[in-house]
Amino acid sequence: MTRKILTTPIKDEDLAGLNIGDVIYLTGHLVTCRDVAHRRLIELKRELPVDIRGGAIFHAGPIVRKKADGKFEMVSIGPTTSMRMEKFEKQFIKETGVKLIVGKGGMGPETVEGCMEYKAVHAIFPGGCAVLAATQVEEIERAEWQDLGMPETLWVNRVKEFGPLIISIDTKGNNLIEQNKAVFNEKKKPVVEKIKSQVRFIK
Amino acid sequence: MNKDEAILSLTDTMAKFTVYIGKRLPNDVKDKLAELRTMETNPLAKAVYTSMAENQDAADKLDRPSCQDTGVIQYFISAGARFPLLGELEEVLRNATLEATRMGPLRHNAVETFDEKNTGTNTGSRIPWLDWEIVPDDDGATIDVYMAGGGCTLPGSAKVLMPGEGYEGVTDFVFDVITSRGVNACPPLLVGVGVSTSVETAARLSKRAILREVGSHNANPNAALMEKLLEEGLNEVGIGPQGLTGASSVMGVNIEASARHPSTIGVAVSTGCWAHRRGKIRFKADLSYEIISHKGAVL
Repeated sequence: MTRKILTTPIKDEDLAGLNIGDVIYLTGHLVTCRDVAHRRLIELKRELPVDIRGGAIFHAGPIVRKKADGKFEMVSIGPTTSMRMEKFEKQFIKETGVKLIVGKGGMGPETVEGCMEYKAVHAIFPGGCAVLAATQVEEIERAEWQDLGMPETLWVNRVKEFGPLIISIDTKGNNLIEQNKAVFNEKKKPVVEKIKSQVRFIK
Repeated sequence: MNKDEAILSLTDTMAKFTVYIGKRLPNDVKDKLAELRTMETNPLAKAVYTSMAENQDAADKLDRPSCQDTGVIQYFISAGARFPLLGELEEVLRNATLEATRMGPLRHNAVETFDEKNTGTNTGSRIPWLDWEIVPDDDGATIDVYMAGGGCTLPGSAKVLMPGEGYEGVTDFVFDVITSRGVNACPPLLVGVGVSTSVETAARLSKRAILREVGSHNANPNAALMEKLLEEGLNEVGIGPQGLTGASSVMGVNIEASARHPSTIGVAVSTGCWAHRRGKIRFKADLSYEIISHKGAVL
């Protein structure tokens, strides 16, 4: 099977055919961007120091090592819980023009709206697989907002076939993890009732 | 070895062990993940298990922390009252964390609250977090190291139920936590449940529960039955790796309990992600040691 590869800058039409559950890979630039960077842009109205129009962000706080020649080496970089950025993401997509958001777990209804209105997708990189991800980073080209410390710095990574990325929110309003959660909640009802009948230890 | 040398030796061992457990999973977790992988049939879930296995191989070969979130460092100490370095242990573990942060390298994960500044050292007020149990009439020390990552810490919840809610209420609580917030915490999870008298006692026991081996059972037959029922029930829900649905949801459910006030049932849930990075090491009084959690480990 040939790999489906997205390349930055990403155009709206690149995303039109993507559906939740599809597996893709990314080549180009991937910028780490998490809690405080979102807060600075949306609440504190500060301009992001990296232009990510048509680009991709990664909800991630990596381990980075400074090498003897002064360059940064990506040691370990896996996704962080995307839901923490839900509060800001719709506005973030609107203001930055970002096209691909990579993270872990699902995001909520506002991000889904943002992805539909401004054409973007959210994708899951398998959580905890941080060395696998680091080996797909060719180079850290820049590091911005280093005052935020190692996890929150905006690390500008050049990546090659970065993935697997599982589309969890597409441009059509579908949300994979929310759909799954609805299934889990349905499935759990009879299971919970069955257990309850067997744990009446207080008599 | 004089006392200063002994302090340096213990610090060095604990720093190296802390680094080690961030790169390689303990035997019980590794075995359970291999078992769950072979049972999986959903193609997306299988792909994730493949990535997980590739990642652990790469971490081992490249000698790097397998997950970038090396957590807040927590040490659970069970020390003999006559352990020679009992009074020095707090400083030893603080220095071990500093050294491990440099050696690992570990991600900087200690943010001073209210000042809201990352200390950059993984040490800060009351961090590394120490949990103490003193064993009378013993001169050794057993230390569990745990990397409390953000993702697996976020689902943590505790509340006090009224006795009328009973263990049925405990069941509801565990399922609600795992099927809502647990989905984002890198399943398959190791679920720790504390059943106790108040929020803080239940919370501490729920954390102790995930330090217990995968596949171990509570000594009380009713508690062991409940572990089994919760594990099977959660697996029936089929959360799968990363919440992508699959044949299982959890690596296991461990319950730790205490007696309770007749008017209360304190219940808490702590979760360990699939990359459940913990280690157990046992020191004798002469500081020779045995690594319990990782067979054949060389520091």
